[in-house]
Amino acid sequence: MREVAIVGIGLSRWGEVWDASLRSLWTEAALAALADAGVDTVDSITVGCMSPGLFVGQEHLGALLADELGMPGVPATRVESACASGGVALKAAFAEVASGMADIVLASGVEKMTDVSGDECTAALATAADAELEVFHGASFPGLYAMMARAHMERYGTTREQLAMVAVKNHKHGSMNPRAQYRQEITIKDVLRSAKVADPLNVLDCSPITDGAAAVILAELSVARKLAKGRPVVKITGIGHATDAIALHSRPDMTSIPATTKAAQRAFAMAGKGPQDVHFVELHDCFTIAEIVVLESLGLCAPGEGGKQAESGRTALGGALPVNVSGGLKSKGHPVGATGIAQMVELATQLRGQAEKRQVAKARVGLAQNMGGTGASTVVTVVEVAS
Amino acid sequence: MSLNPARVAREFPSRYRLEAAKCAGCGHVAFPARLVCPACRGTKHTAVTLDPAGKVLTFTVIHVPPAEFKGQAPYVLAVVELADGVRVTCQVADVDPAAVKTGMPVSLEFRRIQEDGEAGVIAYGHKAVPA
Repeated sequence: MREVAIVGIGLSRWGEVWDASLRSLWTEAALAALADAGVDTVDSITVGCMSPGLFVGQEHLGALLADELGMPGVPATRVESACASGGVALKAAFAEVASGMADIVLASGVEKMTDVSGDECTAALATAADAELEVFHGASFPGLYAMMARAHMERYGTTREQLAMVAVKNHKHGSMNPRAQYRQEITIKDVLRSAKVADPLNVLDCSPITDGAAAVILAELSVARKLAKGRPVVKITGIGHATDAIALHSRPDMTSIPATTKAAQRAFAMAGKGPQDVHFVELHDCFTIAEIVVLESLGLCAPGEGGKQAESGRTALGGALPVNVSGGLKSKGHPVGATGIAQMVELATQLRGQAEKRQVAKARVGLAQNMGGTGASTVVTVVEVAS
Repeated sequence: MSLNPARVAREFPSRYRLEAAKCAGCGHVAFPARLVCPACRGTKHTAVTLDPAGKVLTFTVIHVPPAEFKGQAPYVLAVVELADGVRVTCQVADVDPAAVKTGMPVSLEFRRIQEDGEAGVIAYGHKAVPA
């Protein structure tokens, strides 16, 4: 396999971007990434997007967006794995470069979520759960994660306050990220007093609805070195992907996410690294409980210890293992198909030393975890500064 | 999600009669029935009817429901484990949400789940009730 590096990164505006369509958001991010890389064309394009058909009535995004970028003719494909669509788009692009099928690939993600009502948005997101076995009976995503939260609390003694501390930490991080959707700091009391959504989760335990896009340009390592222009070269050294049963109830242990564990093992094996080698993490905190369970499932803390990570300060900026210094999904926002790519943008920003106020000191190895549904699809990526 | 009549009718065996598939190779009970055994990938099964008795493994109280369930909130949604190890996600009905506990014995009953407006399909299935 050839070595693969990230040579360009770009984000669109994130938030409730009422004046931008799916195609213009995506193009903003793609143009930013091309400019950052200093290239004007690519060999191939992958687009992660969960549900453009339901959100904006548009499928067939590959061709649509290649044309929008002024690159008709370039092979372009949309890939979908619910909220892991971005991660899977990254993996598809990585495979094209690593295999030699392409030298430079644009890997991207986008979701335009605010053109529909809240009810329609909830229904679109719910398609990532099992339609016949979960959604039919009245399940929502907050409800499914709430059931994971209760199971974790009852098994390990994780507290309601520990859940809140994840949101408090990620908002504090997000306050230092000018691109974050919600940049205000919040308190534990704010979280506990916010509206109930699905007991024990409140609205401030949940990531928001976001319009946004993200793009990275991947290149074969020798090409990447030529494009570096003095910047550190950021390599993707491991990428792992795994699946599981979609229905939460099908998993023997509802306090862990086995697909995340499998994907991490595959990514670590490819990178020749382990959890102890990771300096900072961007992970899929779609709900506060998710950050807790994912830290355990990645092997970054012992099972049952996830609730203590934010509480002790270990996962805050300045701690031993900063987690979601971008603000995470909670504060930065969660345009579902874009999230897996946006995590790569943050890892590269940190590894280049360009993260300003939220810069992780001595960051040389970063890990991203992006998942769909209640974790039935996970992509884990290890990214390092090339020596 | 629209309640297409064919789609609703396809689910009758599991939702009306709690029919499951017992793998001829390893004995795993899959609910609803499926073509490939998730435990051993066997493809030969016999139909079995589940015992509706079970217990609550975990649950939530849904305060912000999907549109189809607006009239029912707040309601309890749970993962229920039945006697032979089969698990289902369903509502817990006929109970004060504050009284639901993990481990609580329940039994699945045939109930109305959703309706598609005044003239559309009414979909039935199971809800758990305290045993």
